[in-house]
Amino acid sequence: MLGVISIQYVAEFGYMAASALFMLGLIKLGKVKSARQGMSWAAWGMAISIAATVALLFADDHWSTNSVLFAVGSAIAGSALGYWMAVKVPMTSMPEFVAFFNGLGGLASTFVASAEIPRAAHLQLSLSDLGDKDHPGEGAMFAIAAALAIVIGAVTFSGSMIAYAKLAGKVNKNRAGPLGSQGLNALLGLASIALGVWGGFFAADPTQLYIAGGVLLVVSLVLGVGLTMPIGGADMPVAIALLNSYSGIAAMTTGFVLQNNLLIVAGSLVGASGIILTQIMCKAMNRSLSNVLLGGLQDAGDGGGAKKDEGYTKVKTTSSDELAQVLDSATSVIFVPGYGLAVAQAQHKVRELATLLEKKGALVRYAIHPVAGRMPGHMNILLAEADVPYEQLYELDKINDDFKNTDVVVVLGANDVCNPAATQDPKSPIAGMPVLEVWNARTVVVVKRSLASGYAGIRNELFQMDNSLMLLADAKKALEDTITELKAL
Amino acid sequence: MIAAIAAEGSSSLPFLVVGVWVLLLSVFVGFIVIQKVPPTLHTPLMSGSNAISGITIVGSLYCVSVEYPTASVVLGCIAIAMAMVNVVGGFAVTSRMLQMFKAKDAPKSGAKS
Repeated sequence: MLGVISIQYVAEFGYMAASALFMLGLIKLGKVKSARQGMSWAAWGMAISIAATVALLFADDHWSTNSVLFAVGSAIAGSALGYWMAVKVPMTSMPEFVAFFNGLGGLASTFVASAEIPRAAHLQLSLSDLGDKDHPGEGAMFAIAAALAIVIGAVTFSGSMIAYAKLAGKVNKNRAGPLGSQGLNALLGLASIALGVWGGFFAADPTQLYIAGGVLLVVSLVLGVGLTMPIGGADMPVAIALLNSYSGIAAMTTGFVLQNNLLIVAGSLVGASGIILTQIMCKAMNRSLSNVLLGGLQDAGDGGGAKKDEGYTKVKTTSSDELAQVLDSATSVIFVPGYGLAVAQAQHKVRELATLLEKKGALVRYAIHPVAGRMPGHMNILLAEADVPYEQLYELDKINDDFKNTDVVVVLGANDVCNPAATQDPKSPIAGMPVLEVWNARTVVVVKRSLASGYAGIRNELFQMDNSLMLLADAKKALEDTITELKAL
Repeated sequence: MIAAIAAEGSSSLPFLVVGVWVLLLSVFVGFIVIQKVPPTLHTPLMSGSNAISGITIVGSLYCVSVEYPTASVVLGCIAIAMAMVNVVGGFAVTSRMLQMFKAKDAPKSGAKS
């Protein structure tokens, strides 16, 4: 008995150490220099969490030999799969990858909570009676937390899979029949509340419990699809940040099911992180969260790839050799990368060109808009992959005043993030969105495949400003040619 | 006397109260800490916090206990596997990303001094 108690103490202190390591790890993630150490601390926190839990379950005789076999087998299979995927994924596919992993985390939480249903059925108890131990309200907490964990986890899973499919370009519809309509979503939401209440408090015999749990799972999965479908492909940074938050909240609710503080701490940290990133993204687009979630800018069409020419009359096109000449005489250059850079996989070429310009004595910087790319910080990791020093990457408010003192701005596959309409046309759908004021530079060269509009589906007056030149080509090809020309000069 | 009441009081505090306290404080810590993460590190933050959300592994380990019937154990095994994909994959890919971040003078600074 004494042994059991001391193991419980040790495990509890292990959980505390793990919680501290998670928090310290996130604090260390606040600086690039300490970030790696921070993440290894967090990984140690996870290892301690697992070790403490296994020790606890062993000491209390909760685990049999079979339990060990099942746990170790599943853990090895999952770890191997996770590691293999992590090593294989290219940096350009990071948004899809994060969405996919996030979904698995959500589903794991759903299954943890669902596992209480067979246990209740086995004992012929309702979930609230199963959770009732020695305090009033404990059973209710247990039932509500279990139902919430199932719903939130399942919404995270199916939502993340839709986000994954959208990011990988496998799905680009915003509706599929009634799926994705607000009416159906509201109906599914109400249904999940009703099923949660029934399954949590009233269903006591096995058949009822399994029906309630099964239907709740299906309804929640459909709800996740319905909630994520209407979000436009280019609003995915917001969607993944929000889903990231949900996966944390799902883990947190399982903490209330299992009465485990560690799950609550770690889940809340993740939940808070996702919410903050969501806020940052929305602010960077000057849109409310509800506007993003309901697919506010979708009327104009998604992607805009179909629209070739939107009546631009005085566009000046240019060529790679002209760009090389312009860059040759420039003393300050700012690159503005966008999603097009990721699509063209041109990050290494930008770096090559930048190095060449630096050798000629030019000041080279990069301006990163918070929503450039398909996930928060997407451009930063792409450029980091190409060995661009992170000190050369500037945030919007740090560099916006410098454009007017800059000789050449090269916009690479970005569009809406440098649209003057946001500051000049109050009627524009993106009015008020903070944008990179590239047009203040002496010369702007926009490298883009066509004059098509960006995801917002609106024209960009930048394309026909007096000081702007359009280089209509694939970013990688254009940069390659420019490098060759520049070397020849 | 007071100590006895306090001791009894704390031992009979329902988990809901403790849990909500922990939740409240963790959310505050989370908000304060995460706000300080620079945009450059937002992608590693997402994949790293994603790995931390794999903490649900702790919950899934309970589900293979002897008190749980076979159906629960099956769910538990799937949950363990998925949580481990999340944990191992998340941390591995985050460290892969963070390895790429280099300061401009990082290689030179050693040579200079």
